[in-house]
Amino acid sequence: MTGTPSQDTVAQAAGTPDRPQPYADLGLTTEEYVRIAGMLGRRPTDAELAIYSVMWSEHCSYKSSRMHLRQFAEKAPRTAALLAGIGHNAGVVDIGQGYAVTFKLESHNHPSYVEPFQGAATGVGGIVRDILAMGARPVAVMDALRFGPADAPDTRRVLPGVVGGISFYGNCLGLPNIGGELAFDPCYAGNPLVNALCLGVMRHEDLKLAAANGPGNAVVLFGAKTGPDGIGGASVLASASFGDGTESSKRPSVQVGDPFKEKLLIECCLELYAAGLVLGIQDLGAAGVACATTELAAGGGAGIGMRVRLDAVPLRDASLGPAEILMSESQERMMAIVEPEGLDRFMSICGKWDVEATVIGEVTGTGRLEMTWHGDVVVDMPPRSAADEGPVYDRPAARPPGQQELQGDDPSRLARPGTGGELRASLLALLGSADAADKTWVTEQYDRYVRGETVLAMPQDAGLIRVDEHTSLGVALAVDGNGRYCLLDPYAGTQLALAEAYRNVAATGARPLAVTNCLNFGSPEDTSVMWQFTEAVRGLADACLALGVPVTGGNVSFYNQTADAAIQPTPIVGVLGVHDDVSKRLAIGFARPDCGVVLLGRGEAEFGGSLWAHVAHQHVGGRPPAVDLGAERNLAAVLAAAASEGLLAAAHDLSDGGLAIALAECCLAGGQGCAVRLPGDPFTSLFGESAARAVVAVVPGAEAEFAVLCASHGVPATELGVTGGSTLEVVDCFTIPLDELTAAHLGTLPALFG
Amino acid sequence: MTARVGVVTFPGSLDDRDAARAVGRAGAIAVPLWHGDRDLSGVDAVVLPGGFSYGDYLRCGAIARFAPVMAELVPAARAGLPVLGICNGFQILCEAHLLPGALTRNSGLRFISREVRVRVESTVTPWTHSYAPGQELTLVLKSGEGAYVAEAATLAGLEERGQVVARYVGASPNGSAAGIAGVRSESGSIVGLMPHPEHAIDALTGPGEDGLGFFTSAVRTLAAA
Repeated sequence: MTGTPSQDTVAQAAGTPDRPQPYADLGLTTEEYVRIAGMLGRRPTDAELAIYSVMWSEHCSYKSSRMHLRQFAEKAPRTAALLAGIGHNAGVVDIGQGYAVTFKLESHNHPSYVEPFQGAATGVGGIVRDILAMGARPVAVMDALRFGPADAPDTRRVLPGVVGGISFYGNCLGLPNIGGELAFDPCYAGNPLVNALCLGVMRHEDLKLAAANGPGNAVVLFGAKTGPDGIGGASVLASASFGDGTESSKRPSVQVGDPFKEKLLIECCLELYAAGLVLGIQDLGAAGVACATTELAAGGGAGIGMRVRLDAVPLRDASLGPAEILMSESQERMMAIVEPEGLDRFMSICGKWDVEATVIGEVTGTGRLEMTWHGDVVVDMPPRSAADEGPVYDRPAARPPGQQELQGDDPSRLARPGTGGELRASLLALLGSADAADKTWVTEQYDRYVRGETVLAMPQDAGLIRVDEHTSLGVALAVDGNGRYCLLDPYAGTQLALAEAYRNVAATGARPLAVTNCLNFGSPEDTSVMWQFTEAVRGLADACLALGVPVTGGNVSFYNQTADAAIQPTPIVGVLGVHDDVSKRLAIGFARPDCGVVLLGRGEAEFGGSLWAHVAHQHVGGRPPAVDLGAERNLAAVLAAAASEGLLAAAHDLSDGGLAIALAECCLAGGQGCAVRLPGDPFTSLFGESAARAVVAVVPGAEAEFAVLCASHGVPATELGVTGGSTLEVVDCFTIPLDELTAAHLGTLPALFG
Repeated sequence: MTARVGVVTFPGSLDDRDAARAVGRAGAIAVPLWHGDRDLSGVDAVVLPGGFSYGDYLRCGAIARFAPVMAELVPAARAGLPVLGICNGFQILCEAHLLPGALTRNSGLRFISREVRVRVESTVTPWTHSYAPGQELTLVLKSGEGAYVAEAATLAGLEERGQVVARYVGASPNGSAAGIAGVRSESGSIVGLMPHPEHAIDALTGPGEDGLGFFTSAVRTLAAA
């Protein structure tokens, strides 16, 4: 049957303690290898070594980040909304009316550089299975992307591939893509970031956990066959930097996705859940069968074990041996724990959806994870030793040597536009820069309409999905990050990313409720990177506490660097909010004339890390804008109340490019121009990036009521002007016809990417 | 009697839920039909929804054509059962030779998801008769293989017999011949449409309500029959 020679068994391992093993090639240190042997009381078999190598990899074990991530739980604000928190496949949040939602961001950075189309596609597939494994129906996806310079040749290879992969996989699954973000910086050349988010919806009682219980219950592997895809991807690909001389062994191991299989798997799982046939479930992502078996067994509680016949795993390539089967990252697979009496129905539902399902083992009461290969025992280990008891490193962290100089390099020394003509030109230059340009070239490749529940999608501040057609309950989601801010001050920069996503959700009229994150950094073995990471985590945990929104889960992606050059620290923060009535959502567009344009919040001359400094001077220096979380809370409260009372015709948060870009986007999205008078120094008013601000259009007649609302929450409100006409006019400064704004905004990405 | 309109789910169908909602909004009962059943449940009309049936393996719609449900649907459609194929459903109707021509890769080679204007060119079908001839609608186009092609003689025949149901206003977004967005069978009961009317039934979740007329047309036709 199989061409595999005799395998390294437990008995052989016990008898040959000194046989050399390739633990270093698998990414384990000598100390880690010695520790494994200590836990087992002998050297590991090859199959066991495979399991430990992937489960103790950075990607799966969070060994460099775990001690820091604890802050998310320790500092979590008190909330009754969290039904399942950190440590599960994804966090689950109560949104009322018996509904719960689950959402999570995850990186697929390294595979997307190696093979942009498949890397990004399988990134979507993986996060969707995480959401499915919680018992939820996936209902929407988003993505946060970073690439090298927009005009660099390699970006023309990577970006279209990544966008095509996300489009291909998400569209074929029938999941609306409701937003995200896209930015460019030389630091991401060679290290693009592809962070995918999935949102799922369920009833409270549908929650599923990754736990094997009840000795005698069957372990069922279902979905695609197992092939040689991505073997070692978790340990080798995701846990080492490019450019350190070992590419040849790393680069070919990207998985290949089949979204049609995944669509069937989704419908199949949901029908199995509804039939009450699934006691525990785990998706197969990084580390495949190794991860699913150890986590299910470890999740089952004291005394629970599992016996697995690896030779029962259906293979696409009959030459695979036990270690390869354990490590394979073949896509579109799930593992379920099923009672024997439910197996027939389980198999018949899988048959209906044309999903192959195989019993590969059973739950035991031995507390051991045992695996056999044609009768020989090749694994016999405590499951928790791999799943929960991996190494934890307190990596040394030190403020980077140049940090002080960087912060001292204030953009106030840069030449600024002064005249109306210069300010006008600056606005057009920013609006046409790849970072701020219209993203239709990308988003037009994504289906936003499928399922008929998408109330808001890009280029809106946040995506908004209706959860219940009858009650109009919905959820809003935004993802944000700013590598420049985080480079200048990772603590404040990460808080600003959270504040922006929080503000974006609030700008739709939703109440922010919970947080996910994907922490993209360079090598944790670099003390400067580790300092950035610890500052970012501390900043996020502190800000979540201050804003009253708990972190429900997330993902860490280290080693985003080429040789010694790390990316800018780029935590991407996702915020989920509840919308009580999606028919009252606020959109960014100035769609009706004669509305008062009002600026909310206070602006200062804050240009450190700004879009203006980046575009006009390729400058990153100084300090990022000041963080004021109290002001963010007040602003969000005003927006939610104003939306619910119908006082506003539009709302748009201020972020990159300040008021200038926000006003231009409002005009272009809604088709109405506006005439505004700036409250202070024109340059600062237009391009400063102070946080906790939004621009709104007030419904005619509601001005007084809105002013009272702002005053009662202590939110400064400055009347700027009025909507209408076909130009963006800044009184005494400049006027730009909307056609000219459109041309500057729309042309950039098509000119670059065809 | 409330009309009963079947919505077929193939493996990989995605817009079946949206089609069923549109049928309901139009005042009919949506009846789910399963690809594997040789059974139309006695429905009065059928919608083949959008998606990637069978993963679009081989060619879009090429495998769905052989599904058991199609063995019932094809003769029923030939006998006059009103059938609307949207996007992938249109592709299936072409593959099943219920409609002429074929859908091929967009001229820009990328998937396109955008709101498009189309002009209703034929109102003699059960799916379009509540529109005015020449009426312009905003619908949603979302497809990678939406370019309608046919031999010159076939195209000429379609034009001659008024079988073009809808045409893109302005430049064709996907390279469709003669800007064709939808065609009908000679009898008119079978209509294939590349843009999605079921995504344009509610201004909250789509570009407006222009698409609802396809479904209310059918409901009125059935009520009058």
